[in-house]
Amino acid sequence: MSAAYDVASGEAATERTASPRRPWPALEIAAAAAWIGAGAITALIEEAGDFGYTQEFAFLLAGVGGAILIAALVGRAAPALGRRLRHWAPWLILIAVGSAGWELVTAKLELLPMPFFPPPQAILEVYLDDYPRLLESLVASAKLLAVGYLFGASAGFLLGVAVGWSQVVAYWTHPILRFVGPLPATAWLPLAFFLFPSSWSASTFLIALATGFPVTVLTWSGVASVHSGYYDVARTLGANRAFLVLKVAIPAALPHVFVGLFMGLGSSFAVLVVAEMLGVKAGLGWYLQWAQGWASYANMYAALIVLALGCSSLITALFKLRDRQLGWQKGVVRW
Amino acid sequence: MVSAARTLKPEPFAAGGALAVREVTHRFELEGKPLPVLDRITLDVAPGEFVALLGPSGCGKSTLLRLVAGLEPPSSGSLVFDGATIAGPDPSRVVVFQDPTLFPWRTVEANVALGLEAQGLLKTHRHRIAEALKLVGLAEFASAYPHQLSGGMAQRAALARALVNEPRLLILDEPLGKLDSLTRLAMQSELARLWAEAGFSALLVTHDVEEALILADRVVVLSGRPARILAEIEVTEARPRARDGAALVALRRDILGLLA
Ligand SMILES: Nc1ncnc2c1ncn2[C@@H]1O[C@H](COP(=O)(O)OP(=O)(O)O)[C@@H](O)[C@H]1O
Ligand SMILES: [Mg+2]
Repeated sequence: MSAAYDVASGEAATERTASPRRPWPALEIAAAAAWIGAGAITALIEEAGDFGYTQEFAFLLAGVGGAILIAALVGRAAPALGRRLRHWAPWLILIAVGSAGWELVTAKLELLPMPFFPPPQAILEVYLDDYPRLLESLVASAKLLAVGYLFGASAGFLLGVAVGWSQVVAYWTHPILRFVGPLPATAWLPLAFFLFPSSWSASTFLIALATGFPVTVLTWSGVASVHSGYYDVARTLGANRAFLVLKVAIPAALPHVFVGLFMGLGSSFAVLVVAEMLGVKAGLGWYLQWAQGWASYANMYAALIVLALGCSSLITALFKLRDRQLGWQKGVVRW
Repeated sequence: MVSAARTLKPEPFAAGGALAVREVTHRFELEGKPLPVLDRITLDVAPGEFVALLGPSGCGKSTLLRLVAGLEPPSSGSLVFDGATIAGPDPSRVVVFQDPTLFPWRTVEANVALGLEAQGLLKTHRHRIAEALKLVGLAEFASAYPHQLSGGMAQRAALARALVNEPRLLILDEPLGKLDSLTRLAMQSELARLWAEAGFSALLVTHDVEEALILADRVVVLSGRPARILAEIEVTEARPRARDGAALVALRRDILGLLA
């Protein structure tokens, strides 16, 4: 472009100098402001009752606001961070407004009945003061769930392949699965606590059962619905039975298997919490029950939040695993 | 020097095998009633020969190929390949189906590797994979997934998956049936070239009379179900063949007369 063009059209010239720069991150700054504002409301407005950790909570809110602000500025140079922040900015604003509103209707104005609806700083207090017990509960739950789920998923997978492959196994397994499978695993709890040497082993078994049923059924249906043309191809290429099972049936059935793994994970959460509430003297389910017994509702909310984070992390991890295993499905199937 | 020269030379494909189909009759069971599909079929494929089967839809052509592949035993009669009765599938007789039936979870390369993997030859014969892919012009798509291929490319991949086993008989069940007409013409030339280079015997089912006449040494015309052999027509025309050559046009008219 000639210099004359720049002179003639001032707009074009500014546009050119401005174009490599990103627009001012207004939404992100609004999010930061919302968090800092929520912090200010928490710190400055007089409380109706006497709560510990109010200042700490205010600092936390303001600190998050500051972090968002820094991220917004850094994000102008780091596009990946900038894009993520921009995507989540509306949610960040909503959470800040929600926290401020929650703070107002509980601690500040006491519009909600008190023991049942604790203010956010009461939950912060639980995390700061009771974290050893919460952490211990989280570890206990994770251990129980991991052992039960892995055992149930492996057993369900093997059984599903066997049922899908062998008519003899299918003959003997089908009626049992039809009869016992639909029963919610929690219905077994009283019996299992009585039959097993410990409530922990009983719960492990029931989590395995809850996981194993959907994994078995879906692995089976996956193996049974493999296109027979795949077997024909493999057989003409010299495949033996092991190859047909391991290299044809199982990979072809894997999308179904993952549906079963997701369903199993969902039911295993339910069994875990109920088992811990009824018999296992540890874990987040037990913590919830214990908190309710003492009417310490802040502890309940705190544990619920940990539980929700844990469960959603596991689901996310399973999605990641599926995406890695089933990358070939991109453009074939999507769910 | 000598050994280096030898490793550089592409391995020659095993020569074509001889197929003898004797008095083969086949029935299916359909809703409790027998459904006769093949009626005393007697047919030979000489080593290196290219034989095409033509017949009305549903007459039993695919069934005959499945028997030759060893995927099913015949109700009666015998099938002999290179002197041995066909008792089951074997990588010396590979089928290319109308659907490419590539495994969608494997890359093109891994699909082509299937036969070697199944036979435990992957370690010693891995080089054949690249050769086969090059032969069908898919070298650049080795790491693509099947859903990323066009219909013609998928069928080429299926062809490479068969050729990697160096079959002595290539069994082709309407392999070009689902391709658009331009791709089909190109693939017919490819098939003719691969057959001429590799020297395998070929048994091709097609519903395209012209395709049969372009490719085959002999065209076998089958009746409607249950299939009987109506005629065997030698195609002596020199290759490469012109589609509109007078001899082929005359043969085409004869065959269409038989099928009508
Ligand atoms: N597995 C089977 N069971 C019962 N009938 C079959 C089976 N396979 C093929 N048939 C029947 O046999 C006849 C011939 O089929 P096919 O060999 O596929 O014909 P085409 O000549 O079109 O390839 C058809 O009527 C088909 O319905
Ligand atoms: Mg057919």
